Amino acid sequence: MKTFASLVHALDSTNKTNQKMEAIHHFLEVAEDKDKLWFLALFSGRRPKRGVSTTLLREWVKEITSIPDWLFQESYASVGDLGETISLLLPPPIGYMDFSLAEWMDKIHNLSRYDESQKKQFILQVWANLPHQERFIFNKLLGGSFRLGVSTKGLINAISSYYNLEASAVSHSIMGEWTVENSSFEELIHGQYVDSNLSKPYPFCLAYPIEGVEQTLIDLKDWQIEYKWDGIRGQVIKRNQEVFIWSRGEELVTDQFPEIVEEIKNWEGDFVLDGEILAIADGEILNFTALQKRLNRKVISKKLLEEVPIGLYLYDILEITHQDVRQESMQARRALLEGLLADKPLINIKISPLIQVDSLESLKSVREQARDINSEGLMLKHTNSVYHVGRKKGDWWKWKIDPLTIDAVLIYAQKGSGRRSSHYTDYTFAVRDGDNLVTIAKAYSGLTDKEIQEVSRFVNKNAVEKFGPVRTVKPELVFEIAFEGIGWSTRHKAGVALRFPRILRWRKDKTVAEIDNLESVKKLIH
Amino acid sequence: MRLIQFRPEGIYCVPGQFFIDPWQPVDMALITHGHADHARWGMKRYLCHHFTVPILKSRIGPDIQVQGIGYGEAITINGVQVSFHPAGHIIGSAQIRLAYKGKVTVISGDYKLQEDGLSTPFEPIKCHEYVSESTFGLPIYQWNTVEKQNEEMANWVQHNQSYKKTSVFVGYSLGKAQRVMKAVEGIAPLYVHYSIHKLNQAYESLGIQLPKYEVLDFREDVKHVNQGIVVVPPALVDSNVIRKIPNMAYAICSGWMTVRGARRWRSADAGFAISDHADWNDLLTAIKSTGAEKVYVTHGQTAVFAKYLNEIGIDAQEVKTEFGEEEDEAPTTKLEGSVL
Repeated sequence: MKTFASLVHALDSTNKTNQKMEAIHHFLEVAEDKDKLWFLALFSGRRPKRGVSTTLLREWVKEITSIPDWLFQESYASVGDLGETISLLLPPPIGYMDFSLAEWMDKIHNLSRYDESQKKQFILQVWANLPHQERFIFNKLLGGSFRLGVSTKGLINAISSYYNLEASAVSHSIMGEWTVENSSFEELIHGQYVDSNLSKPYPFCLAYPIEGVEQTLIDLKDWQIEYKWDGIRGQVIKRNQEVFIWSRGEELVTDQFPEIVEEIKNWEGDFVLDGEILAIADGEILNFTALQKRLNRKVISKKLLEEVPIGLYLYDILEITHQDVRQESMQARRALLEGLLADKPLINIKISPLIQVDSLESLKSVREQARDINSEGLMLKHTNSVYHVGRKKGDWWKWKIDPLTIDAVLIYAQKGSGRRSSHYTDYTFAVRDGDNLVTIAKAYSGLTDKEIQEVSRFVNKNAVEKFGPVRTVKPELVFEIAFEGIGWSTRHKAGVALRFPRILRWRKDKTVAEIDNLESVKKLIH
Repeated sequence: MRLIQFRPEGIYCVPGQFFIDPWQPVDMALITHGHADHARWGMKRYLCHHFTVPILKSRIGPDIQVQGIGYGEAITINGVQVSFHPAGHIIGSAQIRLAYKGKVTVISGDYKLQEDGLSTPFEPIKCHEYVSESTFGLPIYQWNTVEKQNEEMANWVQHNQSYKKTSVFVGYSLGKAQRVMKAVEGIAPLYVHYSIHKLNQAYESLGIQLPKYEVLDFREDVKHVNQGIVVVPPALVDSNVIRKIPNMAYAICSGWMTVRGARRWRSADAGFAISDHADWNDLLTAIKSTGAEKVYVTHGQTAVFAKYLNEIGIDAQEVKTEFGEEEDEAPTTKLEGSVL
C-alpha cells in the first residue's frame, strides 16, 4: 500500500492543482492495474460495502487503549475524522504488513464472511502492523468512503492528460456501473465498456453565474431564456424499452420517481433528456421543501404519492435514436425536443417554457418575480451553444434572483471536519421569538479563514459547555444569513425551513437587540 | 496556610509574597522560562535560571532587574525555600519548587520529557502539589521519537532538493527554531530569519554551540538560498516575505501538525509534529512521577485532562490562567509581531 499511501500523502500536502496532477501521474506510472482501478473506484465514490461497523471499531480501539468513552468522544471531536482518530489513539506499530491496495481491498471485502471475533482478530492485527499514515488509510478503506484531496473532476483531468484522452470521453467512460472485478483500468478509461451499458448517462452541462448582464445579453435574439427551476436536475434515459433517471450527483434515482418512469415508458423511441424533477400539484410548482419529502426514501407510500406528485420540466435533448446530438446547436436541440414531445399526451412531463421578452428591462422584471412561481431565477443559453461537458464559460449562464436575508445571532458552534477540524466552523443561528431565541438555520460557509479564527476564539472564551462537540455560546455575534428560499416545516422548531442558508457577512455593527424576529421571517413565505 | 494561590495577577506564593510567571505587573516575579506568555513585561524584579537571563533581556529589555540562579541551587525568600529544576521545554526552562514548613509545591511552567539536545532534560521532582500544563492533553497526541522526527525532516529536505526546491521550516523563534536547526544540521546550507538570529545570539552567549548559519535579510534579494534550508518564525507564514524565496516548499513544525485537518488548514506543504510540550503519555508520566496529592491543571486541554486525572485517582482541578498564547490556543495563533 506504500504507493497508494504516498499518493494520498502527496494529494494531502498540497493545494496546488499541478502538484496534485503530478502525484496522480506518478501513481498511474508505477501502480498495478488493479490498484489503479481501486483508486478510481474509491475516488469516484464507488464505495464497497462496509464489512465491519464503526461501533465495533470504536469498541476495539477503546479496549486496546483503555481510554473511557467520553475521552474517545473528545478526541474524535478534536480530530473530526473517525479513521484518523482511531489511528492516532493506537500505540505505535510493532511490525509491517505489506500488501497492495487491491490485496487490501480483497481482504476488506472478505470481512463480511467473518464472524465478529474473526473480524476483530484481523483488524487488531492490521492496526498493530501499519504505521500511522497507512493505518489511517486502512481505516478509511474499511469505511468505504474516500475523498481525499482531489475532486472527481481533478481526477478525470489527471487521467485524461496522462493517457492523452478527451476529459469528456474519460468522464463518460467511468460513469455508470462498473466493478473492479470485471474491468481492466486501461479498457475502462478508453471507453471499452460504454456501449454495453444501456444506462450510461452523459455528463451534465452546467452554467456559471452571470457577470455583467448588459455586456452579455447584447442581442436578446441570440439567447434562449428559461426559468431556472429549483428541483433536482435529472437526466432521463430511455433505451431499448428501459428507463433510467440519473441525478446530477451521478446517482441512479429511477425508483424514486415512478410517475416519470411510467409516463416515459409509454413514449415511442429511444432518447436521452435533460430536465428538472419538481414537485407539481395542480399545475403549480411547489416549494423545494415539498420535494424534499420525496427524496431518498426506500418506500414511497401511496399517501406521499398523492400529497407530493412529481413532475418533470424538460430542458434539453442529448441523444435521439442512439445518436448523440450534443454537438447540435441549442436551437436545433430545442426543435428536436419539441418534435419529440409533439404527439405525446404529457401528463406529468412538460417542456420548460421559453421566456419571450423584447427588452432587458422586461427581462429584469420577469426575474424579479421568479420567486412567486418557485423559480430561482433565469437560465440564459446561447442559441448556438453545444451541450458541453461540465461548466464552460460563455455559452450558458444562470442569473439567479438575489437571495433573501435575515440577521441572526450565533448560539451554537461545533468544530468542522477534515481541514476545518481545528476550528469552530459549523454554526447554528437564532432569531428572536418574543422574549426567547429560536433556532432558525445552520450554516457552514461564508466566512474567511481569519473570521473563522476570530469566531473560534470567541467560542473558546464564551462557551457554556466544556465537554462534547457542541458549544453553546453567549448570544452576541450577529450575522447576516442569506438563503434561496423559505418554506413551512414541521420538523423545525421555528416552524420554517430555509433553503441553502449561508453566512453573507458578519454584522459587527449590530447587536443581538437588532436581529430579526420570527414573525417577520415568516412573512417571507408567500 | 496555602502555599500558593491563583490570583488575578498570576500564581502567588502566599508566605513567600512573590508571583510565578505573573501576567500583570508585580514586585517580584519568578520566571519558569523565556516564552512571552510566561515572562511578561513590567515586573520590578525577576528571578529565573541563568540561561533565561539573556533571553529576558533580549525580549523585555536590557535594563530589567533580573537575577539568575542555577538548577538545584536553593535560596530562601521570606522563609520559603525556592529552587529551580530542569523542565526540558526550552533552554533555561525550569520547574520552580517551593518548600515551606514541610509542604512542597512545584510549578512546572511548560515542560517536555523528550530530549531535544539543547535544553537540560526534564527532572521529576517529588511534591505534594503540582501545577501542570495540558497543552496536548488528549490521547491523540503521541510524539514520534526524536530520531524519527529528524529522519523525516531530513528526508523532506532531500525530497525537495531532488525537485530543486528550497526547504522552509516554520517554528517558534525561541526553542523550536534552534531545535530544527540542530535536526537538519549538515544537510544543506542553513539560513535563519533575523528574529531567530537574535535569540541564537542569546544561546551562543551561554556557550551553546548551534549549527553554522547565515542570517537572511529579506530586504535584499534572497535567491541565493535556493535548495538550502531556511528557518522562519510563524508570523512570516502568510506574509509576502517568505514568498520572496524562490521555488520553496514550507513545513510547519508544531505539535498541532499531528492532525491532518490542522495541516490542511494551514495549507503548508508539510507538517512535522514536533513539540516542546509533553505529549499525552509524557504528561501522565510526569505527573505520576511527582507523587503529588493534588494537581492544578493550567493552560491547554484543562477540563478534559483534569477530568481524566480524577478518573484515574489523581485529585486534579483546572485553573484559569493566561498562559498558552505561544502554541496552545490555536494552531494558527500569530505571535511575533515584527516581521522584518
